[in-house]
Amino acid sequence: MASEKGVMLLDFWVSPFGQRARIALAEKGVEYEYKEENLRDKSELLLKSNPIHKKIPVLIHDGKPICESLIIVQYIDETWSDKAPLLPSDPYQRAQARFWADFVDKKVFECGGKLWKLKGEEQEAAKTEMIEILQILEAQLGDKKYFGGDIFGFVDVAFVPFTSWFYSYETCANFSVEEVAPKIVKWAKRCMERESVEKTLPDPKKVYEFVRYLKKRFGIE
Amino acid sequence: MAGSGNSEVKLLGAWASPYVARARIALNLKEVQYEFLEEQFGTKSELLLKSNPIYKKIPVLIHDDKPICESLIIVQYIDEVWVSSGPALMPADAYDRALHRFWAVYIDDKFVPALFGMMRAPTEEAKAESKEQALASLQLLEEAFGKISKGKPFFGGDTIGYLDVALGAFVGWMKAFEEMNGFKLLDDAKTPLLCAWAENFCNNEVVGAVIPETAKLVELAKVMQARFKNAPPAN
Repeated sequence: MASEKGVMLLDFWVSPFGQRARIALAEKGVEYEYKEENLRDKSELLLKSNPIHKKIPVLIHDGKPICESLIIVQYIDETWSDKAPLLPSDPYQRAQARFWADFVDKKVFECGGKLWKLKGEEQEAAKTEMIEILQILEAQLGDKKYFGGDIFGFVDVAFVPFTSWFYSYETCANFSVEEVAPKIVKWAKRCMERESVEKTLPDPKKVYEFVRYLKKRFGIE
Repeated sequence: MAGSGNSEVKLLGAWASPYVARARIALNLKEVQYEFLEEQFGTKSELLLKSNPIYKKIPVLIHDDKPICESLIIVQYIDEVWVSSGPALMPADAYDRALHRFWAVYIDDKFVPALFGMMRAPTEEAKAESKEQALASLQLLEEAFGKISKGKPFFGGDTIGYLDVALGAFVGWMKAFEEMNGFKLLDDAKTPLLCAWAENFCNNEVVGAVIPETAKLVELAKVMQARFKNAPPAN
């Protein structure tokens, strides 16, 4: 592609990973072109921009692609550094933020997937695992306003997209996030008071419709 | 002498762990004095369990009693704290940083599991698959090196950088697997740039001190393989 000036995001509406990038861009007030991908018929641009993984999101800045959602968020934070810092300036706090964002990456999506893909004992095991994950994150949040303290930060951006999946997790696996991790639910509500989050996250009921569509497609019921 | 006056640096690790090697190479490059606390193979110390309760894994860097976990996070931390000691490990440009980070994650997610898959795989078929994946990953890394190094000896350019450390820490194990399996992972014909890179990397003084001897790793691998045969791998 020619070195087109500007910012473009290749994404898929329900992807929590894409939402991370969108929230970060919104927090920074960056104008960009949004391109919705059909994941069953990926565009030439996507395949060319992310030949290794062929996945969304991909941020394209002045013609140069950046892949992997947390890497994209860090790039956004470093490039548009004049407002809304997402990573703290202290190296130890930065290391902690990276650790917990990485924890969300390693644990939440995969375990969440198990909740709607599996049944019976396996699903019960996944539910136990998800409850543990939520409680670990709740302990990390503590009584802070955000994971970033007073500042809506890197870990908040990393985790908040998954809050629109809570309804799906709860419905598929029969448990209540509010019961097991009430502080997380309150934190999610606080995040939704931010325009960047409120405008980006899909309605949890729509996410659940999508999960039901996936279940049908994969023959799970 | 790098480091603030009374700062105390400890690293929980093991001599053979390539993830630990990443931290040690970074510390050495930044001339940081540290105490190396060796974990015994097969057991986890109280200090490890206390410092890394989530994963209970090495390496853990403990700086003034504060633990930092996950090797790539540790390397970035070292680079940011001892910023005035030696060249920066992370590139200056944000896009270059994104590239280094992308390939470091690729190494962890795709290359390393394939590399150790050759040892751990339960069947010959699975081993062959791991070997293919490892070679394919190295081919992609060869191309990446061509673009990122811009004709210089390292991913970081003239000096060793973040991505050099991320991949270079595995060179010892790569040589061990080459010896054990009788084929080349880094091949002058297929990956000439990485071959030259590996030599430059290992010739660096502070790196040479950290990468274990191939013979010792081969010996350890044989012990581990015997254990994997006798019991299902627990991770």
